[in-house]
Amino acid sequence: MIVYLLCFILFLVGIYGILTKRDLVKIILSIGIMGYAANLMLILFAYRNNSIYPILSEGKAVSQMVDPLPQALVLTSIVIELGTTAMLVALALRLYEKYKTFDITKIRRLKG
Amino acid sequence: MIIPYFIIIPLLAAFLITLIAGEKDDWAIILSIIAVISLLILSLFSYITMHTETLTYYMSSWKIPVGIVLVQDALASFMLVLVSIISLTSLIFSISYVRNLSSDWKYYSLFMLLVAGMNGVIITGDLFNLFVFVEISIFAAYALVAYGGKAEEFEASFKYAVMGSVSSTIVLLGIAVTYSATSTLTLAKIGEQLPSINSNIKLWIGGLFVAGFGLKAAAMPFHAWLPDAHSSAPAPISAMLSGILIKILGMYVLVRIFFNIFDAPQFFLNIFLIIGSISMIVGVFLAVGQWDFKRLLAYHSISQMGYIFLGFGLSTTLGILGGVFHLLNHALFKSLLFYNAGAVETVTGTRDLRKLGNLTKIIPTTSNTSMIASLAISGIPPFNGFFSKLIIIIAAIEANQPVYALIAVIGSIFTLASFMKVQRYGFRSEKKADVNGKSIDWKMNFAMITLAVLCVATSLMIIPGIREIALDPVVDVLKNKTLYIQLVMGK
Repeated sequence: MIVYLLCFILFLVGIYGILTKRDLVKIILSIGIMGYAANLMLILFAYRNNSIYPILSEGKAVSQMVDPLPQALVLTSIVIELGTTAMLVALALRLYEKYKTFDITKIRRLKG
Repeated sequence: MIIPYFIIIPLLAAFLITLIAGEKDDWAIILSIIAVISLLILSLFSYITMHTETLTYYMSSWKIPVGIVLVQDALASFMLVLVSIISLTSLIFSISYVRNLSSDWKYYSLFMLLVAGMNGVIITGDLFNLFVFVEISIFAAYALVAYGGKAEEFEASFKYAVMGSVSSTIVLLGIAVTYSATSTLTLAKIGEQLPSINSNIKLWIGGLFVAGFGLKAAAMPFHAWLPDAHSSAPAPISAMLSGILIKILGMYVLVRIFFNIFDAPQFFLNIFLIIGSISMIVGVFLAVGQWDFKRLLAYHSISQMGYIFLGFGLSTTLGILGGVFHLLNHALFKSLLFYNAGAVETVTGTRDLRKLGNLTKIIPTTSNTSMIASLAISGIPPFNGFFSKLIIIIAAIEANQPVYALIAVIGSIFTLASFMKVQRYGFRSEKKADVNGKSIDWKMNFAMITLAVLCVATSLMIIPGIREIALDPVVDVLKNKTLYIQLVMGK
């Protein structure tokens, strides 16, 4: 139980970072932390105590293996997160070109 | 089997455009128009011929617990038709509008990815596949919001991307919890397993999905990104985002999950009602004070999404009918209003209502169609918005929820007030407006007139004979709730 709780706390750390940090790069890193927490949660749900890696071979029973599906899902989701991070970094660079700052409180031409 | 073509056609078009388009955008335009027209024909054909049927398609013929299943029922066909109509008019409007920004093919490639993602979300029957398609369409949306390359657009796109990734991560966490509880990702199979699992876990799953998809639907506590993103994007993209993207990624997915899979638990319906009424009233109050034309429209999107939430939250036959009908109507008139805003911006170079003036003489088509759309969104008969709002209000009274009916009426009155302001200052004031010599060509006019005609024509869908054919099968899918599971699993 404690590992799930720790994992959820990691998720909340990510949300805290997004809500309170003012630097664009730190916000992007916080989003990364949130994503890691969600991926870790998927892997944790698939894990079973005293089990083996999910590759079929002689003398290995299927019932002893960890669930391989969440691992496949995590691979997909890591690729998506890579895309998100690249997109956000590109936008942050362009924002720096236009506003000459990474401070989110100074980037506010849109309001109302 | 036509189901996979709803994904194949736009995806193929998106990648073919990158291959064959040269420096100019001519081929990109031709290819994307062909793709969207074929999608429109396919979706209209399936919408008319299918009625209450439910079609399933197994990817690579892997059967249900293993593979990914695509499901097309009346609700999905209805949404596919909506996506095709709005994206066709948006593309036609884009041709000359986007040439003012730049003339390369990337816009059309991203546009087709946006359509592919939305079509995928509509017809997929697998939870993780749904997540992937949501990401495809929202990624294209981030890039398209920033397409103009101005500072404000990057700012809006960054905010949108941050909120979008937060919501996607929450959805991914929801998927993880769902998988751990049910050991499956097929929506229908999850629905079969759900009654037997712990109600606390059900609350967790529901809560994570409401937060994740509610963020994408821009319901009130999660709305902050919408006015920036939707007002900064190029006008045809604003129309796509406000008209269909928030409805497909937000409303459609929520309704599919909570009605067809969760069997519409009262607790979550109450959440729908509450966030619906808050969005309705606060969205319209924020809209009244705006002077930026597109920002005003964006705030109205929040308010009108509130009506749709309210209709579905009531969960009676009449309420669902109102929700579905208002979803269609809002997509039509809100897209039309964004085209009007784009046309006004092209001619005068500004979106500030105080700087506009007597535009009726300069751009008669734009100002007349904007009149139709304004009347439709404010709920004036005989336009479509009147009927759907009336149905939702009657449904609220019938369900013994007079407070929500009253809120809906108040919201409607303020909507009328803010659109009187748009007409008074933006199109019909005494002041002479500055024009920069650019004109509206026939393609833009064609897109606006098509939607204006549809705004009037869809009000005919309320006539019982037409309603039975057009809307009742869609309502039945949601009213029968978990019948969806049996239909998908039964084959």
